[in-house]
Amino acid sequence: MGFPHKSHARETTVLSKHFGDSDAHTLGGWRNRGGYRALEQALTMEPAAIVQMVRDSGLRGRGGAGFPTGVKWSFMKPGDGRAHYLCCNADESEPGTFKDREIMRWTPHALVEGCAIGAYAIGAETAYVYIRGEFTEPLQRMTDAVREAYAEGILGKNALGSGKRIDVHVHKGAGAYICGEETALMNSLEGRRGNPRIKPPFPAVAGLFGQPTTINNVETLVAVPHIINNGAEWYKAMCFGNPKSTGTKLYSVCGNVRRPGNYEVVMGFPFKEFLYDLCGGPLPGRRFKAIIPGGSSVPIQTIAEAEATVMDYEGFVTGGTMLGSGGVICIDDAQCMVKQIARLARFYAHESCAQCTQCREGTAWTTKIMERIEAGEGTAADLDTLLEIADNMTATTICVLSDSCAVPVVSGIQKFRDEFEAHIAQHRCPFRPTSAAAAVAA
Amino acid sequence: MNAPPGGPSAGPRLAALERAPRADAHERDADYQPVFVGARRAELDEILTRYPTKMAALLPALWIVQEERGWVSEPAMAEVAAVLGLTPAYVKGVVTFYTMYHQHPVGKYFVQVCTTSPCNICGAEDVARAFLQETGATDLGATSPDGRFTVIEVECLGACGFATPVMINDEFLESVSADRVPSIVGVLK
Repeated sequence: MGFPHKSHARETTVLSKHFGDSDAHTLGGWRNRGGYRALEQALTMEPAAIVQMVRDSGLRGRGGAGFPTGVKWSFMKPGDGRAHYLCCNADESEPGTFKDREIMRWTPHALVEGCAIGAYAIGAETAYVYIRGEFTEPLQRMTDAVREAYAEGILGKNALGSGKRIDVHVHKGAGAYICGEETALMNSLEGRRGNPRIKPPFPAVAGLFGQPTTINNVETLVAVPHIINNGAEWYKAMCFGNPKSTGTKLYSVCGNVRRPGNYEVVMGFPFKEFLYDLCGGPLPGRRFKAIIPGGSSVPIQTIAEAEATVMDYEGFVTGGTMLGSGGVICIDDAQCMVKQIARLARFYAHESCAQCTQCREGTAWTTKIMERIEAGEGTAADLDTLLEIADNMTATTICVLSDSCAVPVVSGIQKFRDEFEAHIAQHRCPFRPTSAAAAVAA
Repeated sequence: MNAPPGGPSAGPRLAALERAPRADAHERDADYQPVFVGARRAELDEILTRYPTKMAALLPALWIVQEERGWVSEPAMAEVAAVLGLTPAYVKGVVTFYTMYHQHPVGKYFVQVCTTSPCNICGAEDVARAFLQETGATDLGATSPDGRFTVIEVECLGACGFATPVMINDEFLESVSADRVPSIVGVLK
């Protein structure tokens, strides 16, 4: 649903159906809503059959990379005699994204169930749910749900009487965006600084504690029980015609928009109808200027690009951006693109783990230049410098935080160059009031 | 033979250092009260069963310290190290990486205002300014003269559709606008 608003008729609420229900977070409430039937069924299936079903469904990772989930699960070799681990990435920190927190606080048992099925499918007896430390309510809800599940024998050494052990542990993060990167997450879980690792080796070969590991996003895992209950064909059918992008996606809509919230639509939905009809369009008296549709690490779209975009993995790429996490940031014509890109650069500089020179130095240097331009002290040469730094930050580092900082800079200069040039020519930010009187009038 | 470093009177001091065993920081601090005793020790012991290594209990152990003491001091880091079989330096290296562990005491109410772009375009900076004004903290990162409030800006809190989110200690407030700030602070004062 466009939660906290009422569901729009054109939404398809599968994962968000129970957002806002006062008792969906309890075990009893979840069971009343059909919960744990999927886990019961899954435990009667061969793990390989579950992996195949998820493959056939076309489910792709919902954290941002969009990797086919069934394929990722198939990398975990059964019977290798090694301990396998499932990590649920609940570190949701991508600016603009706030879907996983809602899943966890309204339907924590959905995630417990998804983790249990996923663990079983990949031959893992232990799943860790890594939740960012700031998520007070989701942490409480998930901890309570896990406790209830153990008390009822859903988790533990004899899950639902199957004879299989399934353990789920909640692990609290301590404030680090980079710990949403899968290898940094594993390092953090192990009790280390959250520095990403070089790949290969890939997690399925040597991951958590050196063992075969799968890391999945919250939204990905909560789709799994629905696939078990309704079948792969049902999930695959939820698309507007592009078979590579199936199912529903939760879009977190925020910024200068009339109805911010989480909206769930089928893959392939038209972005223009989404923005203006479902989300209510811009605030009174304003117009959309720019949209960042997938969290701050995907290219900025002009509103013209966005209005022509189809909402699926391939559609967003054709529209000059990426689906990413689905965090839709709406920016209207009263905002300064330079100021916001400077603020994003500051975000990445703050969050850089500082291992790689290009990222550590590049994010800081980019921030300084961007803030100088915003303060009216920029030069034309600064734009060339920014692009050169961005080029050196792309595809050159251990992880893609570096690339992510470059993205808004490059797409911002490319698509909103006039705003940069106005700052430089006028020696000020054109969006700031020029006098106290103007500030009062604004 | 060369004179020992530190001058003529240093010889006996250096010799004394070489004889004395190196004490851990938390043992040297006579006032330090251990955290991991009684119920907290039992809690840590249960947590240790969840992981194949002791080191993996480090973040959970540090959270217990901060819950007990409000911040993570160096003696506390040394105690955690001793309990988990790590070195104090290693533990400090981990503490300093994560933003949520306080390495010095903070005001009674630690106010964290998200100002990353999605909230920034919804007036988050006005919210931060309002908190500074209402609490008397005047500067970001400084503690108010009455010691009750520290206000800082933080990065994305993951509640962008409920702009502006504000954390006060562990409490997570949503949809905070500048005009709500006086009543929020008023309740805490």
